[in-house]
Amino acid sequence: MESTETGKILFETEIAGGWSWSHIIKRGTSIRLTDLEGGANVSALFYNAANVTERYNMGDTLKIQHISFLCKDRCIYSDMGRILMSFVADSCGWHDVICGVSNAEMIAHRFGQQSYQDFQNAFYRNGADSLLVELAKYGMDQRDFTEVVNFFSKVAVDAEGRLSFVEGFSRPGSFVELRAEMDTLLILDTGMHPLNPSPTYLVKPIQVLVTKSSPSDPRDSCRTFCPENERGFINTERYHL
Amino acid sequence: MKPKLQESNRVLQDASYTREIAAGSGWMHVLRKGRILRITDLHGNQAVDTIFFNAGKTSERYNANNTMREQGNVYISTGTRIRSNENNVLLTVVADTCGRHDTLGSACSCESNTARYGLGKRYMHACRDIFLQCLLDWGQGMDKRDQVCNINFFMNVPVTPEGGSTFADGLSQPLKYVELRAEMDVIVLVANCPQLNNPCNAYHPTQVGVAIWDEK
Repeated sequence: MESTETGKILFETEIAGGWSWSHIIKRGTSIRLTDLEGGANVSALFYNAANVTERYNMGDTLKIQHISFLCKDRCIYSDMGRILMSFVADSCGWHDVICGVSNAEMIAHRFGQQSYQDFQNAFYRNGADSLLVELAKYGMDQRDFTEVVNFFSKVAVDAEGRLSFVEGFSRPGSFVELRAEMDTLLILDTGMHPLNPSPTYLVKPIQVLVTKSSPSDPRDSCRTFCPENERGFINTERYHL
Repeated sequence: MKPKLQESNRVLQDASYTREIAAGSGWMHVLRKGRILRITDLHGNQAVDTIFFNAGKTSERYNANNTMREQGNVYISTGTRIRSNENNVLLTVVADTCGRHDTLGSACSCESNTARYGLGKRYMHACRDIFLQCLLDWGQGMDKRDQVCNINFFMNVPVTPEGGSTFADGLSQPLKYVELRAEMDVIVLVANCPQLNNPCNAYHPTQVGVAIWDEK
């Protein structure tokens, strides 16, 4: 019964470019994000919806899986040794975890001021303020702002540790699908990546599909990516007992 | 990698404050603007997990993403401006005889140990318990929400162009040090790592030294 329901679309929506969005992605469901036009960036924060002090931990996510970026078969770890979400599908192969988001000074410095008073809803927004406002809707504030994941963006790191943004990385129709392993409060912002060298302020919409998902089986590719993930899944299953 | 090695001419006899932090212990201390903090890896290959806060407004604190992005490099060494979640400069690295410090690995915890090393590795002392004890003892409402991803001084986590990362043998050796100048009044929070499961402490955690100079 569960398997026939897997993939059933529960709802669909579109996030306007340069805007924040949030939803609790329940265990037993997945979210698919699609870059409709190409060149999008989606910055994300992740919290255990039942206890938001448990949240995405960049350090644990990277060191548990011995990685410095995210892609299919990797997992988003909380600070409690558990898995919030797992990457079940991904057409990009690289998502940045290093560079964070834009801020008001950066946007004004690069693109000038474009205010609501003059441009209504085409005013220039920035990643840091948009994410903080979205967090505040759940009673959270600056203390809850963690490192972010930037979906659809690749930033290469060379042997000396230097960062370089890869232009033209995400094609129209690129997608990533995340399965909720815990009820996960997902906070998103569709603002441009802070290292994107575009001479103009970029606004790219994102399609959201929330679907039914099945629990991971023992051969699940996220689970078997490394022995650490098998233990992370066990920790997560015990949390729900 | 080209480490930006820079020696300091400060001498310990001139320091206004010196202290040793035992392995597995914490230290939380206000560092006034303009003062210099030296952390010394007394015995080599010891990870010193560190978070910085704006002393006047502790909701402003170290942020790894902003620190890496603004300098265009994942590693911390001489010249690094350590940035906050508001993208302000908290401190600047003014001397470094080790050459590379980690921004990606963050602190060990009892919980992450169970995934990393085995479900039975829950009962081993860990940096995040040290951070939490210090934050609760400090008071002023500080708690787990203030325990953000931290810097690991003296820890070597090489990142490969293919996107791998590993905890490698340390570059640090006995008496290597890093010096930081406070660019605002900051609170320094240190957990001297007790991890026994990987080479970050050479499987033998040891004490580290801290010293503060009041610059004119």
